[in-house]
Amino acid sequence: MDLFYLAISATFVNNILLAQYLGHCPFLGVSKRIETAIGMAAAIIFVTILSAIFTWSVFTFILRPYDLEFLQTLTFILIIASLVQLVEIILKKKSRVLYNALGVYLALITTNCAVMGVALLVVRKEMGFVEMLVFSSTSAVGYALALLLFAGHRERLQISAIPKSMQGTAIALITAGIMSLAFIGFQGMAG
Amino acid sequence: MAGLLNVSVSPHVRSSESVEKIMWTVVACLVPPLLLSVFVFGIQVLLIAGVSVISCMAVEAISQKALGRPVTVKDGSAALTGMLMAFVIPPGVSFLLPILGAVMAIYIGKHLLGGIGYNIFNPALLGRAFLLATFPVAMTTAWLVPLTDGAIFSYFNSGVDAVTTATPLAVMKEQGMDAFRQQFGAPSEIYASFFLGWRPGCIGETSGLLIVLGGLYLMWRRYITWHIPVSLLGTIGLLTWVFGGETLFTGDPLLAILTGGALLGAFYMATDYVTSPSSKTGQMVYGAGIGALTVLIRLKGGYPEGICYAILLMNPLSTVLDNWFKPKRFAPPIGGEK
Repeated sequence: MDLFYLAISATFVNNILLAQYLGHCPFLGVSKRIETAIGMAAAIIFVTILSAIFTWSVFTFILRPYDLEFLQTLTFILIIASLVQLVEIILKKKSRVLYNALGVYLALITTNCAVMGVALLVVRKEMGFVEMLVFSSTSAVGYALALLLFAGHRERLQISAIPKSMQGTAIALITAGIMSLAFIGFQGMAG
Repeated sequence: MAGLLNVSVSPHVRSSESVEKIMWTVVACLVPPLLLSVFVFGIQVLLIAGVSVISCMAVEAISQKALGRPVTVKDGSAALTGMLMAFVIPPGVSFLLPILGAVMAIYIGKHLLGGIGYNIFNPALLGRAFLLATFPVAMTTAWLVPLTDGAIFSYFNSGVDAVTTATPLAVMKEQGMDAFRQQFGAPSEIYASFFLGWRPGCIGETSGLLIVLGGLYLMWRRYITWHIPVSLLGTIGLLTWVFGGETLFTGDPLLAILTGGALLGAFYMATDYVTSPSSKTGQMVYGAGIGALTVLIRLKGGYPEGICYAILLMNPLSTVLDNWFKPKRFAPPIGGEK
């Protein structure tokens, strides 16, 4: 039951994007079309879970036993960066279309604060392996959910008569703000 | 002779319906519950509603003027937003709150996003959510006690400005079912008093009867269809019956539908044309989604009432739902569906 609450909390209540404001760069960058947003969401889910597993293992089995916790940020950056390179190589070989669609944003996951944030939160909250798996996957799903919802919006925003000074990122940020206002409704749920 | 030959472009079959007519009709449907609320809570209700409607219309006019668009205050959509916003905020708040809410609802929620027809979120609920996030204390405590012998008269005589109390859902959530029974009476009495309107709450949650009557009238005029209200209220009832009690299948579905803004939300807010799906299947799923989220927030969330957030959360999904539940084409394009 705790795991269930953890999942709900990570997906909705503490949504990594709309409640913790992490990883807004791809959120604004690739949400213009729903197809690219789906690709990005899939990439984020994959990278987040994978990097959480790796960073957690490295932290638990190497850093902590040797009292090297102060190296966690540096190590995590390295791990995540190499993982993203791996994903990039696989995509380049397997799905050229997706690779081209994601373009520069895939490389940007390297420095995505959502991926890094999940890795650090897992360590800070001292989660076990199963908890870590549930937390990272549901956080990533929450991210994907918000990204896809937002992409649906943006397609609609592109045909709206938005005042000139507000077009583009400005209106996207306003809409994101309104969405996180709606996500307040989940507050208080599951602690 | 020249008058006989009329050359005009299509459409040739016209209906007398217009945005203006629909909006003002909905506003008119909301007047009876408002009058009842004035009777139940006192003249202050009228002040809040008036400020809300006037400030919404003023903000609409100013923002349209500022953005260089034709000013369409007369079409009634801003008046309707103001009316609905007044219906979902506590009647005891300061009259400055609806003014702020109007700026959020009309300027940011509607005109920056492109004006009428382009707003993704329901403006009235957006105003409420904004106020609730900004003034959490006032927005959750400033309820007025209903006075059964005509509050409007005693208001003038008593020295007290306003006596605040808790709403039924808040009592149920924070103090449990026993306290709820003690304060509001046995179930049968509750149904009657809640349906007729003698209870603390927002203007829009007082009289279920008048809200339902107004909703039915709108359905009879074919301004709204049954799909969203029925699926929404049905889901709330069903889920509350299953999960709302101490054990499974002991919840009280009727109470869940009658309390809070469920009826108002189902008939007036969720059915907003702009922010709900157009296809019938999409509407059913949309309504059921709102119902499920409402019950989830009511039972597990931090707020006693969830329908406002539930609708705001489902609003952005309406585009997605319309894409999923496209009506089938009778003649698919050559080469099949894309």
